[in-house]
Amino acid sequence: MNTVLKDHWSKLLEQAWLVPVLLLIGFGLAFAIPEYGWLNKYIQLVLMYIGINIILTVSLNLVNGYMGEFSLAHAGFMAVGAYTAALLTMKVLPVAAYPALFPLAVLAGGMVAAIMGLIVAVPSFKIRGDYLAIITLAFLMIVKSVIENIDYIGGPRGIPGIKRLTTLPWVFFWTVATVWMIRNFVYSKYGRGVLSIREDEIASDLMSVNTKRVKFLAFMLSSFCAGVAGALFAHLLQFISPRVFDIIKTTDVLIMVYLGGIASIGGSILGATVYTALMELLRPSTMAALLDWLPELIFDPLNHYIIQNLGVWRMVIMPLLLVLVMLYWPRGMMGQREFRGFIPRRDREAHRRLNDLGEKP
Amino acid sequence: MTLLVATQVRHLFGGLCAVADFNLELQAGQLMGIIGPNGAGKTTIFNLITGVYQATEGSIRFNGTELVGLTPHQITALRIGRTFQNIRLFRDLSVLDNVRIAHYAQANYSPLEALLHIGRYRREEQRIIDNARRLLAIFKLEHLAGETAKNLPYGLQRRLEIARALAIDPELLLLDEPAAGMNPNEIDQLMEFIQWIRAEFKLTILLIEHQMKLVMGICERIKVLDFGETLAEGPPTAIQNDPKVLEAYLGEGPVG
Repeated sequence: MNTVLKDHWSKLLEQAWLVPVLLLIGFGLAFAIPEYGWLNKYIQLVLMYIGINIILTVSLNLVNGYMGEFSLAHAGFMAVGAYTAALLTMKVLPVAAYPALFPLAVLAGGMVAAIMGLIVAVPSFKIRGDYLAIITLAFLMIVKSVIENIDYIGGPRGIPGIKRLTTLPWVFFWTVATVWMIRNFVYSKYGRGVLSIREDEIASDLMSVNTKRVKFLAFMLSSFCAGVAGALFAHLLQFISPRVFDIIKTTDVLIMVYLGGIASIGGSILGATVYTALMELLRPSTMAALLDWLPELIFDPLNHYIIQNLGVWRMVIMPLLLVLVMLYWPRGMMGQREFRGFIPRRDREAHRRLNDLGEKP
Repeated sequence: MTLLVATQVRHLFGGLCAVADFNLELQAGQLMGIIGPNGAGKTTIFNLITGVYQATEGSIRFNGTELVGLTPHQITALRIGRTFQNIRLFRDLSVLDNVRIAHYAQANYSPLEALLHIGRYRREEQRIIDNARRLLAIFKLEHLAGETAKNLPYGLQRRLEIARALAIDPELLLLDEPAAGMNPNEIDQLMEFIQWIRAEFKLTILLIEHQMKLVMGICERIKVLDFGETLAEGPPTAIQNDPKVLEAYLGEGPVG
């Protein structure tokens, strides 16, 4: 019985229509949930954060996981995307009259971030590991202090009053689009180039891989997606300041990458979802609302001593989680493994058919 | 036809002269061996040809193209394949992917086509898979295509490394100590194998080896290096009896 079920299940997963149908359902839900108010506003907000975090995590995984470089600049690219898009919607594009222009602002945010990605790619030609981490950290600090020192964009006070243009359908669209592009990139000659750089850069070059070009492309794609996420983030929060995009933001994304597992798109999606939900659960108001059903005798002291202090503990739990994951669960939820549905059919068959050949006596 | 010409190549590591006045002429289709004691500069010469190091002086021409100044991937794309003294496979990747990666320069599609999986992407990827599969079949590795490279036994890893080098579709193949770690029986098989791929893929082969049995058995010409300098060059029989070579390998004549 169990094997029959399994058989049906794997046949279902093989169907070419499965992914388009799931995407269609997802899109339908993304439109319907806010339209009919199926979930409350807070949960809708969390869903949008999850989408944005998925974009950030998958794109950072491309550099830190697939390529094996250690970049800390992700929040910097996010800032560039956020500021570019916010300035466009506030000063250039008439989005009040034509809200459909919003994707242009998001795209521009991604593009400008991608150009910044080129700047970080250059030092990666010569250095790896800790040294590259320090350079990318410096980049992050430079971005922050440049923004702080330009009065036109609000300096350290940031930009308030950004229009709320990020909606659930848009988040869904951009999440699917960016994840799809990164997945396509990974399963191409460039993606294999990225993997070979992680394994052995010199051997990779000697196997005809243009390692500089591959690094340029990977950094550009990764920072493009971070810029897109930043643009969506700015138009959801409606307020951005340099402080929003500091090293804590990068650390957040790093935790999601390692929790989900390196070099895995499915892992990054899981990691971002679980971590975002967990961090929301640890908010005093959310936790209090969730445990509201407990009898007063238990709830009151619990609320007084623990729940109301969660705001402080969140900042302890977050880095602690990173340390624990690194120490005891270095592979994360699905490190270097992938959901079958994400692997192009051609790739799966190329590996499998040959395996089957070998199984014959 | 002369395929590879090196003239007056010198390479310095700081003040140390690793290769001095190295000259080489390799005819298309030839099988040449480079021998010499440890530290003689044999692998350095491979690294100079493939662009890992830039020659301090001199010129290396392949099919008329100057190689000095080019990057390793540019040189590789001119159809020079190589293996390594200590196996350098992409250990955590599948056997198939190891071979597919070496198709990078031949895969003819743009980043945009890769990003959207459109245009030439599909046709080219299928072609690469077919070719990689063909190579794996030739090397009797096809049943291991999905296996992680590091899980292969040593001998198969060596074989996979040659398969990967052949995925470049090379005219010239550089083999760096292919017999390292092999027993006499395996060396016999390897000698046959090298002769066979040479005929099958119409290769010109330059190899570095310590195993005299292999070098004397299959190489048409042999070049002897010591401390970066060329001691002798010629067919195996001449090399075996060259007094300078005997001296380098066995030390000077009887003492006293």
